[in-house]
Amino acid sequence: MKVNYDKCLHCGGCAGSCPQNAIYLNDYILEFNERCNLCGRCIKICPVGALSKEVS
Amino acid sequence: MAAKRYDCDIVVVGGGPGGSMAAKYCAEGGLKTIMIEKDAEIGAPLRCAEGVSKKWLTEVGIEPDPAWICADMVGAIIKSPSGHKFQLDESQAGAEVGYVLERHLFDKHLAAMAAEAGADIMLRTGCTGVIKDGNNKLIGVRAKSMGEPIEIYAKCVVAADGFESQVARWAGMDTGIKLSDIVTCLQYRMTGIDIDAEYCEFVVGSPAPGGYVWIFPKGDNIANVGLGVQGTKCKLGADPKYYLDKFIAEDPRLNKGQVLEIVGGMVSTCPGMDDATADNLVLVGDAARIIDPITGGGICHACRTGMYAGKVLTECAKKNDFSKKALKPYEKMWRDRMEDKLYRNFMAKERLAQLDDKTIDELVLLIQDSDIGEVNVYNLLKVIKEKFPQVVEGFEDLI
Repeated sequence: MKVNYDKCLHCGGCAGSCPQNAIYLNDYILEFNERCNLCGRCIKICPVGALSKEVS
Repeated sequence: MAAKRYDCDIVVVGGGPGGSMAAKYCAEGGLKTIMIEKDAEIGAPLRCAEGVSKKWLTEVGIEPDPAWICADMVGAIIKSPSGHKFQLDESQAGAEVGYVLERHLFDKHLAAMAAEAGADIMLRTGCTGVIKDGNNKLIGVRAKSMGEPIEIYAKCVVAADGFESQVARWAGMDTGIKLSDIVTCLQYRMTGIDIDAEYCEFVVGSPAPGGYVWIFPKGDNIANVGLGVQGTKCKLGADPKYYLDKFIAEDPRLNKGQVLEIVGGMVSTCPGMDDATADNLVLVGDAARIIDPITGGGICHACRTGMYAGKVLTECAKKNDFSKKALKPYEKMWRDRMEDKLYRNFMAKERLAQLDDKTIDELVLLIQDSDIGEVNVYNLLKVIKEKFPQVVEGFEDLI
């Protein structure tokens, strides 16, 4: 997952909504662990659109 | 480097209202209590619209204090998408309208109450996991305190970590919620706006799909203006921002204003978790998903559950038994006090979120014309039940 920290408000909403408990808000940094299955819920509901899928 | 070790009876994770109330009542009960807060300040950053009703404050032992009451509301206005207005004044507004708080001061006041009772408070101390012994028993939490790893051993952990609700998940509980039970919110503190400083305003319908717009005044030309969108109704990416910017641009009272603060956040709108306890673990407030599913109001629920947790843990300590079974009185206390209402409002939320603007217009007109007495969700649903029985189908018996 890719986080746009110019937008992220560090609200922690994505962490609390993640069905896999794959996101941890470590101070101002969002950490995604190996449980993330790219379901996209956090992208869909982030209030400011700070999240996207990494394009490799 | 070995993590520094702390030992206590109760460790409370999170320094919001639920955590502070739990810490206060634990400490008052003679328990050695440590409350940790990941941020560098109690009550900040803000993640709240700051509107609360009045009656519950004394129920949990908080005396209203002008030091943290920013504005005293005389009523509320509910608006339909096409502008039909339903205005309620204090005599009728009852429990659903009250104060607009200064949360950064209110939260500090509560934390000070906890400190006065004897609790230790550690700021800039974020929980990073739980500690279990060889028998898989929860015996404490790990944290990072001012950058240093620490371990806090306790007989019981109070998870007051809000919507993120990670402590319970680390301990093995499932605090996951459905997308339809998530409302994602954005709020601007605005200045230079032309609003009635004595009324809270709520706009329902398509301006905030599955949620509502709020305007909570914090003085003559300043207010928290925000909205929430139901998770299942998010389609565009950054939906809350899109709808909030649109609402403000189209409202002549607001569109010349400036933004002083941007606040993001989410609320759960399920009726509370099936289990808010496990062996050596109690969940309070938002962490237990105990929040009003219609209003998204969580402060009073957090304070009540925090108080109940503190009182029950004090009793548990007498027998040194913090098992799930011993914590049962906590489940009973919060469910007896709140569960019916949470469930009823959850069902109502499920239905109201489905209604189109035309029906919402009709509902607001209907309420306008009805003499419903004191206005609260219960009385509003009673009126709706008469004319629109389909809206309350399946939970009529709770109305």
